Amino acid sequence: MCAKKMTYRDALKEAISEAMRNDSRVFLMGEDVARYGGTYAVTKGLAKEFGEDRIRDTPLSESAFTGAGIGAALGGMRPIVEIMTVNFSLLALDQIINNAATIRHMSGGQFRIPLVIRMATGSGKQLAAQHSHSLEVMYAHVPGLKVICPATVEDARGMLQAALDDPNPVIMFEHVSLYNMSDEIEDNTKVDLKSAKIRRSGEDITLITFGGSLHKTLQAAEELAAQNIDCEVLDLRSLRPLDHDAILASIRKTHRAVVIEEGWRSFGVAAEIMALVMEKAFYELDAPIARACGVEVPIPYAKHLEDASVPQVPDIVAKVQEVLNSDV
Amino acid sequence: MSKDTLEKFSQEKCLKLFYEMLRIRRFEEKSAELYSAGKIRGFLHLYNGEEAIAVGVMEMLRDEDSFIGTYREHGHALARGVSMKSIMAEMYGKVEGCSRGRGGSMHLYDKEKKFYGGNAIVGGHLPLAVGLGLADKMQNRDVVTACFFGDGAVAEGEFHESLNLAALWKLPVLFVCENNFYAMGTQISREESQVDLCAKASSYNVKSVAVDGMDILSVMEETQKAIDYITKNESPYFLEFQTYRFRAHSMFDAELYRDKKEVEEWKKKGPIVRFKKLLEEQKWLDEAKIKEMEKKIATEIQASIEFAENGHWEPISHLTKDVYCEEM
Repeated sequence: MCAKKMTYRDALKEAISEAMRNDSRVFLMGEDVARYGGTYAVTKGLAKEFGEDRIRDTPLSESAFTGAGIGAALGGMRPIVEIMTVNFSLLALDQIINNAATIRHMSGGQFRIPLVIRMATGSGKQLAAQHSHSLEVMYAHVPGLKVICPATVEDARGMLQAALDDPNPVIMFEHVSLYNMSDEIEDNTKVDLKSAKIRRSGEDITLITFGGSLHKTLQAAEELAAQNIDCEVLDLRSLRPLDHDAILASIRKTHRAVVIEEGWRSFGVAAEIMALVMEKAFYELDAPIARACGVEVPIPYAKHLEDASVPQVPDIVAKVQEVLNSDV
Repeated sequence: MSKDTLEKFSQEKCLKLFYEMLRIRRFEEKSAELYSAGKIRGFLHLYNGEEAIAVGVMEMLRDEDSFIGTYREHGHALARGVSMKSIMAEMYGKVEGCSRGRGGSMHLYDKEKKFYGGNAIVGGHLPLAVGLGLADKMQNRDVVTACFFGDGAVAEGEFHESLNLAALWKLPVLFVCENNFYAMGTQISREESQVDLCAKASSYNVKSVAVDGMDILSVMEETQKAIDYITKNESPYFLEFQTYRFRAHSMFDAELYRDKKEVEEWKKKGPIVRFKKLLEEQKWLDEAKIKEMEKKIATEIQASIEFAENGHWEPISHLTKDVYCEEM
């Protein structure tokens, strides 16, 4: 086994090309994926290798091409649909929620929909309120879908490989801040689509997060280590299914937690995790759980305002200190 | 509808077509009764008046062709050969139903018959039809996907996105518009700036033809031409069948939006009375034959009711079964 260095973007590209080489049913479609090479350049060069039939440019018709992905999956293909950004996926919400998520159950289990829908998510590029939001939770709310948020280069490849092997509709969120990140990864990175992963082991408090917020959280944990606060960092990786066991195990170990996400605070992933801990591990807690979430505002353009809209390292550090100071 | 056209078909074939239309009509009438009796619940949309379209199109489709429809789909399912028992059981909510009681009247499915469902988001299934066509094309299958929808769907964005995509990608999709002139209670001229639906389809370079949908012979002739065209040109085709719904939109509709006289006028042009007259003039059909048919249909309907009555409720422990597909 040999390790090689690559970016998050290239890791995605590798998973896509490997699947396309191994399985003629796999194809990818989306806006500007072929000749342009993909908005975030994930599919750059793939049309040359696989042809424009299998790396398929679509019109700006999110509903139709996402629905066509569902239909093609029903018809025996294994499509990957790329949607430029999560905000645009709202134009395809009907297809994803009313069709992809329902058809199997509603038909009494007659059909399967092996479909991967990839989209960029999150803030940090000064793209303002129609290109920067984190709406993962809207999809994570829906039974019938799987929702994954790879936060590392290794997971970008491994989780996409696993998603392509899965017989269900999988929505994959790629945080825009991650595409250029690079890392050394092993040859075999395939993972399951349900396990959270401890990215840093610690004793004092659990920091629960996913996607683009993982790296800020790890940085906060480093800063806190300098203050002798030993943080455990749990990367959820998948929001649906949510790895209850991993969350509860870590809570039972540290007895305190902060949940970090870019999504808006109300009704969010953090709210779900706090409710879960209330139900299953309330008496394990030494302090109320805190959350560092997106501020309830359409994310603005100006850099300082955008930065203030989502949790940054100092916000995470402050939340941890707050929890540790509120021990009962 | 003329004798000349009639003579292209055999007596046997014509009697079978008549029988199928009558069978659907009687099934729908019985469904209304069972709805009033509280045996069938939810929404119930009846196909009375439009039978020539389902029967005529299904007659021309081949077994390997797929089809997908709306929530007014009992007729299509019956004409395709989905068992009446499984449809009735579905409407009773029984596990023996064609969707295990998860779908009801609006969501009949039958994978073996290549029936991709009754769909209840107006226009939402057109992208699925495009995807089914794409899967067929990419896998070099020489088949057609027939997609049934009403005039109401033409106002949805999916209609426009889907026709564009199907034409752009040259997909073997037969778009079958059942134009009954009312989107629920809204008359077409009150919701469309352009009521010539073929003009809309043509604008996407989709070959389009308007047909008298109350004339089963024309339905069949034009459907055959459409299938031949699709196969020869590898391109979609749009058929607008002008028809009329004799009954209310659903069981909750007081029909305040249309004149009773208008309904009566259309009933005179109904697909069953017109075909009956022609067959009688041809001496292919008489009262004795009709009586025999009625008896056979009544027996089949009665058997389907008994089957549904004796069916079973899916155990609540199975409630979440098939939300996800567990194996590849």
